[in-house]
Parts: sequence; structure tokens; C-alpha cells
Amino acid sequence: MKHDRTDRHVNLKEGLIFERSSAGRQGYDLPRLDVPQADLGAALGADNLREPIPGFPEVSEVDVVRHFTRLSSWNYSIDAGMYPLGSCTMKYNPRLNERVARMEGLATAHPLTPESLVQGSLEILGLLGDCLAEISGMDAVSLQPPAGASGELTGILMIRACLSSRGNPRRRVLIPDSAHGTNPASAVIAGYEVQSLKSDNRGCIDLNGLDRAMNDEVAALMLTNPNTLGIFEQDIVSIARIVHERGGLVYMDGANLNALMGITRPGNFGADVLHINLHKTFSTPHGGGGPGAGPVAVKRVLEPFLPAPTVERRDDGRYSLDHDRPRSIGRVKAFYGNFLTLVRALAYILANGAEGLKEASQVAILHANYIKHHLRDVYELPYDEPILHEVVFSSKRQTRNDITVMDLAKRLMDYGFHPPTVAFPLVVQGALMIEPTETESRQELDQFIQAMRCIAEEADTDPDLLRQAPHSTRVSRLDEVQAARRPVLRWLPDETGSRDP
Amino acid sequence: MRFLSTSSEQQALMLKALGLHSVEDLLTSIPEAIRLRSPLDLPPALSEPELLARFGELEAGNAPGILSFLGAGVNQHFIPLVIDSLCTRGEFLTSYTPYQAEISQGTLQAVFEFQTFMCQLTGMEISNASMYDGSTALAEAVLMARRISRRRRILMARTVHPEYRAVVDTVTRHQDLTIQTVDHGGDGRLDPAELETHLGEDVAALVVQSPNFLGNLESLDILADRCRQLGALLVVNITELLSLGIVRSPGAAGADIVCGEAQSLGVSTGYGGPHVGFLATRKKFVRNLPGRLVGQTVDRHGQRGYVLTLATREQHIRREKATSNICTNQNLTALMVTLFCSLLGKTGIREMAIQNVAKVQYGLAALRKRGIEILFEGPRFNEFVLRLNRPYEEVAERFHAAGVVPGLPLGRYEPRLENALLVSITETKSRQDIDRLVGMVRAAA
Repeated sequence: MKHDRTDRHVNLKEGLIFERSSAGRQGYDLPRLDVPQADLGAALGADNLREPIPGFPEVSEVDVVRHFTRLSSWNYSIDAGMYPLGSCTMKYNPRLNERVARMEGLATAHPLTPESLVQGSLEILGLLGDCLAEISGMDAVSLQPPAGASGELTGILMIRACLSSRGNPRRRVLIPDSAHGTNPASAVIAGYEVQSLKSDNRGCIDLNGLDRAMNDEVAALMLTNPNTLGIFEQDIVSIARIVHERGGLVYMDGANLNALMGITRPGNFGADVLHINLHKTFSTPHGGGGPGAGPVAVKRVLEPFLPAPTVERRDDGRYSLDHDRPRSIGRVKAFYGNFLTLVRALAYILANGAEGLKEASQVAILHANYIKHHLRDVYELPYDEPILHEVVFSSKRQTRNDITVMDLAKRLMDYGFHPPTVAFPLVVQGALMIEPTETESRQELDQFIQAMRCIAEEADTDPDLLRQAPHSTRVSRLDEVQAARRPVLRWLPDETGSRDP
Repeated sequence: MRFLSTSSEQQALMLKALGLHSVEDLLTSIPEAIRLRSPLDLPPALSEPELLARFGELEAGNAPGILSFLGAGVNQHFIPLVIDSLCTRGEFLTSYTPYQAEISQGTLQAVFEFQTFMCQLTGMEISNASMYDGSTALAEAVLMARRISRRRRILMARTVHPEYRAVVDTVTRHQDLTIQTVDHGGDGRLDPAELETHLGEDVAALVVQSPNFLGNLESLDILADRCRQLGALLVVNITELLSLGIVRSPGAAGADIVCGEAQSLGVSTGYGGPHVGFLATRKKFVRNLPGRLVGQTVDRHGQRGYVLTLATREQHIRREKATSNICTNQNLTALMVTLFCSLLGKTGIREMAIQNVAKVQYGLAALRKRGIEILFEGPRFNEFVLRLNRPYEEVAERFHAAGVVPGLPLGRYEPRLENALLVSITETKSRQDIDRLVGMVRAAA
């Protein structure tokens, strides 16, 4: 066994679980089989049998707990500190949500159980649908889409079905250049061409541009409001009118709904359909990248086209699933959505109530404006407009010394913060998109502001410090080019696979 | 509100720093005409104890202690409690997508391990970082096959899970392809004669499920050979991933794309989600693979580390030209699967799979002995179809009153399977449970 003075703490050197394996160890116990052993060849077909899987690990329960606890310690998380990723709404994830999602009767229900035996699950779906309809100002909701992008696809497919029923699905979807990449990708899967709309000098939709682009070949406008610059589209009523008058529908990306709760509602300003990211506005945990949930809420005009089945409350107060929806676009996911994520979101809504949600939005807006106020003398504000829940700076003043926006981001890690969203939205060169959310304290915001100001200074005085950042993390800057040029996407027990270099 | 960390006093101070009097002053960009004038009409806010009580009521609406033999793509298996214990660590639970690799190595390495486990199980060369669920993974697999083959016709076995087929129909409807359904024969497997009538050199892919929706294992080797002759891809969908603990891998049989649902391995049934899809394939198709991928690399000091890679396939870079609109993976449930595979390991996954086979064979023998008709005799893992002498609806009340759900009535999916029940028996059922099922079915048949 090799030890030397440069060796690091064992916690930082954890290899892969496959490399921990040692023949004969096991991390499980199964009850003894209480029925006769089966003749495997007869049951499965002799040709269908496999040997024990080569490379599958043999480790104890202790090994597994150690391994994954060590791995976990290499992650940043909301629980550890502020996570100001713009458009991601990294707010605190209440532990109460986790508790209710683990209630035995909810966590172990089978989705194909007869309806009379799962009234509790169905009531949860009904209640959440009602709450989301009220918050968004829409008429009906489908909880089926498992993620935001899936909600987008669902919404555009409904628009297509609706327009087709009027005789012509049309060809094109208009999308502002500040939109999330999922918007155009979803529109294409729904069979549409995408036309990008150039933002005006306020960072908003250009009414004249929209007026020129909106004709009888355009099915829908997909917009985000407030947009990805954090700016509320002040002309939203006129925008919706132009689209509607010429026979189109308005799709709203609800990624930024955290700015609007109890203040205004998409249903009040012309949206015909929107998806809601429960993992953003409604506090369900991001889990390192999913599972989320992307319910869609629609106006009456699109209700017949909602994914099947829908949840119905009958006159006797019982709930049922309605599969008989002839005009439905069909299913977008097996079963009824990411149910346990929906449970968490309902818990959050019920814990907050109307006042709590409104206060959450108000404080989120205050926090973003507080950061804007305290950093605007140091960082360039490409669009100096009133903002709501997030603010977008550019790294223009800091990148003079051949420093990239990514260098600023990496340096922020050394100050103990997760970086903001960088290089998005695409309308801002070197964008730094900051969304603090409502759950941070003023102290945390002040520390973040301090860190950002220090880094701006370092960009002038010690650019190398930034270029080589981060300095305090378990690994230093990783070589993404090598990862893409010579992809190693799995561990293998021999030379060809993953090995400690 | 306990989830907020700035008190009203602090808020007032912050407003003052901004030179404002009220938060209202920050909302001037929202036109007056569309502002809400009254509070949202939502149930009153609940404290923690009240909220737990409320959810206790909702939970009680689900009948407790049901003995359920439902499977059909959502499988009831033992879940070691270490999984939940580790998944609730805030470092895993409350982190975001690992775009900033240096402070996300825990998530990234765990995904790399997930990708490896999926390759090992399916016998494929590469796997992505997970998909929303099995049904959406299959839709992505079909789109992927369309891109790779540049052919338009997809053959879909009728024995692919009906809800999955419905999702494929919805998602691929406007993607310039046609889907033809291929029926099963009397043995509950893809009918080779019927398949031949559909095959041709314009077929992009044949999509089968194994074990299929009726519980039977398909002859993948033969199907793979036939596909290869015609230049079509064989897509194998798996909704019961535990089967691969004992069943030969689709990769070994020659499949080109293997996708499906990994819920069996450590994820609760959860009334249908969140579960976790997977999508594995050959190395040469990597540029056509949708979804996130984690790759190994080194840092500035040559240390091994992991990053999201080959992102030029994805929507945030490629926008309308991306391989898919998919943005996220299903990271936390994928972690559950990774933990399950680690804990069960080489011997456990096999032992658990073998237990499933034994339990089903015990149940089948007991049913046959009592004269119950078993449809589609053939190789199977842990599910089978039996036929009652009357519609299930006529006897449902009797079962439900006793707290038993004997299986899934199939008549609603296929009219000729009227009176048939799809029954799943896993290692979670004791001999007594199985005897009880057999006795009740006998009495009801």
C-alpha cells in the first residue's frame, strides 16, 4: 500500500464503485425463497439465460454508504448556499415536501390500481390542477408532462390540433431570440418551422417586427414573460392581440412564473397555454437534474385537446380518470405525470397559501433588484430596464484582459457560491444571469455582492487568478475538449475504458 | 413564512437602499389593467402539523394494505432503505444540473456509474444519463432510429406496452414517419409470418418489447438477424429491467437500441412517477443519441474527473436543429437505480431475478392445477396472463373487499383479451400471498 506526503484525504480520492468491488462482498439481504427453486432453462428458455454480469460490483452496504456519501460531498447544493442560476429558480426545497412524498399510501400506490382504491391519489391530482389553474388564470390543466420541455411539446401539439380542427394547422412558430433552446426544439418536434424574432433595444419583443412576421402561416408565438432578461413584456396585451387577431395562439413558457404569483396571471394577459415548471416555482427539488414536472394549463379553447386521461371530479365528490377524450392529442407520458413531484408541489402551495405565494414573488423581485442596484456600477447592464425576479449583466468590462465570462463564473466557486447562468440568454454577449430567489437572506445576498465585486477587481489586478480558477474545489478546471474528442462514456474493466490516468 | 429569510424589517431596509417605499414600486412594468385586484382563491395556508394531517387524510383516500399483483411496466420490488437514506442527502437532492463540473463531481460521477450499469445490464456499448421514463425513452428511440436509418417506416409490435405506444404516436406524429403494428401469435410473441408481410428494405426499425406486455420473452436473436439482413434497426424496449439479472442481454442478441424503464431497480411505484427511462445503443450512433451524456476527462493537474459532454447534440446549443427537445435527465431517480445496482451487485441482481422466476412458476403451477386457463404459454420472467370465465368487473368487488387486486384486466387494451388478467408475481409476494391469489381466482373463475 502506497502512502506519501502528497497523498490527499481519502475522501477526495474515491474511485468508481466498480473499482471498490471485491469478490464475495454483498450489500443486500433477501428473504429466503419460500417456494421451490424453478427450472430456469424451462421457465425462460435455455438460450435466454445469462451468466453473472461481468464487471457488476460486489460491495457491502458500508461500502455503498461511504462511496456515495463521499461523492455527495463533492456537490454544491442549495442546502449549502446560494445558487443564483438565472431562469432555474433555485429556491429552498422544503423538507416537508419530502416527508409527504414518502407517505406509504402515496409512495407505494400502483398507477393501474382501480380508481375506487386510489381516491387519495386522484384527489391530489384534482386539487393541484385546481390550484395551478387559479394561480395561472387558466381554465384547465394537464399534469401529465414530466418536464418543462415536455410541457412545451404538449402545448404546441395542442395548438396544432386546435388549428387543424379549424382547417389549417399553419406552418410556423415565432420565437424571440432571447428564448430557451427548448422552445425551438419543441416546436420542431410538433412539426413546425421556427422563425426567430429579434428583440428590440429594450430586450423585449419588437411590436413592429411581430406585426410584420405575424401572418396566416403563423400558428403561434412562444414567449417567456417575464422574459429571460427578467423584463416584463409591457406590450403583452398588444402582442397577444396581434397574434389572436390573425388567427394564431399564444404559448407562454412558464419558466419565470416565480415573478408573477398573486401579482398578475398569464390567463389575464392573453396566454392560451402555458407550462409550469414545478421544480422551479413550486420548490420541488432539482435532484442534480430531474425529475421535474411540467404541467400545462390552457384556456377553454384548448381544453378538448388536453392529453388523456384527465382527472374529473364527479357530482358525488369522487374522482375518476376520463380516458374517453376523442379530440385529445393523446398521451405524452405513461400514466399521469411525475406523481410524487406533483405531491411535493401541492404541499408547497398548501403551506404557502395565497399570501405566502404572493410574498414569495415579491421578495424574489426585491432580491433581484437589490443585486442589480449593488452591482450595476461594476458590471455592464446591457438592458437597463425595470426587472422583476432576475437580472442579466454582461462581462464586457471584465473581459478586457482576455478573461472569459466562464473565468468569472469559475472564480465565484472559490468564494463559496454557485455561479449564475452564463452565456445565456444569447442576446447578451458574455451574459451573467442572476436569479437569487426569495429564500436567501440579506446577509447571503450581501456576501454574494461582495464576491462579485472582488472578482471584478481581480479581473483587473490578477487576471491569471481567474483564468486558473477554481482553486479551492476537489478538481480544478476540467478539460471539456478532451471529453468530447475522445469520449469515455462508461467504465470498462480493461485498458479501453475508464482508468485513473 | 418560514421559507423566507428576509424579515419585513430587512425588506424595508433593502427597499430603502433602493430608494423605494414599497415592493409595488418595483412592479411598475406590469400594466395596471392586468394586475390582480384580489388575492388568489387558494386554500388557507397550513402550518407543518396541519399540513401533515391534511396529507394524512389524502393518503387515507388510498385503500391501505392492498395485496396487489399489478405490474404492466410498474413493478413492485424490494427497495433497500439505504437508497432513500442517501438520496435525501441535500447534496444530491438540492443540487442542479451539473453544468459547473468542478462543484458537481458527485452527481457527474454517479451518472457515469449509472451509464456503466445500463451498458452492463443491456449489453450495449453506451448509454445516456437517463430519460424521463420508459415511454418517452421509447419515443426518443423511434426518432433516433428514423434519423440513423433515414427510412420512414417503423414496425411496432402490438405487445409493446399500450401506453408506451400511445406516447410514441403522440410524440412522433409530425416527424415524417409511419408506424405499423405487428400482431402477436397464439404464443403471445411476435408472429413471424405476420412480421414477414410487413418487412421490407424501407423499414427503419422494428420495435419489440421483451419481456413483452403479455409477459413473454421475444426471440431477439432471430429478429436481430432478420433486421440486419434488411438494414433495419432492432429497438428493444424493456419495462422490467430486473429480468436482465438472469435473461440474456438484448445487446448479446444483436439489438441496435435498447431503451425502457428502470423503475424496477430501486424506485417506488409512486402512482406512476417519477420513474426513470434509459436509452442505450452502439458507440457508432452516439451523435444521434438524445439526452445528456457524462464523459470522463482530466483536470488541469491530470486528475480524473467528469463533465457533461457532446452537448452539440442538445437543444441549448443546437436549438431547432437538436436531436431532441429534451433538456433534463431524471437524475435523482437514476441515482436510486445506481444505488440499487451497487447494493444488489453481481450476486444480488441475479438472486432477486431468480426469485421472481421461482415465484411465478410456483403461482403458475398452482393455478394450472386448479384448472385456471393460462394464455400464451412460453418463456416468461415474472408476468403471465390468465383467463377468468367472466368479465373481471363482475367479480371485482369481491376481490377489492378482500383487499386484493389480482391483476390488470386486458379487455380495455385488446377486445379479444376480454376476461383476461395480466398478473405480476415478484419477490415481494410470499407463498401465502400467492396461495391467497390462487384461491380467490379459483373461486372467481
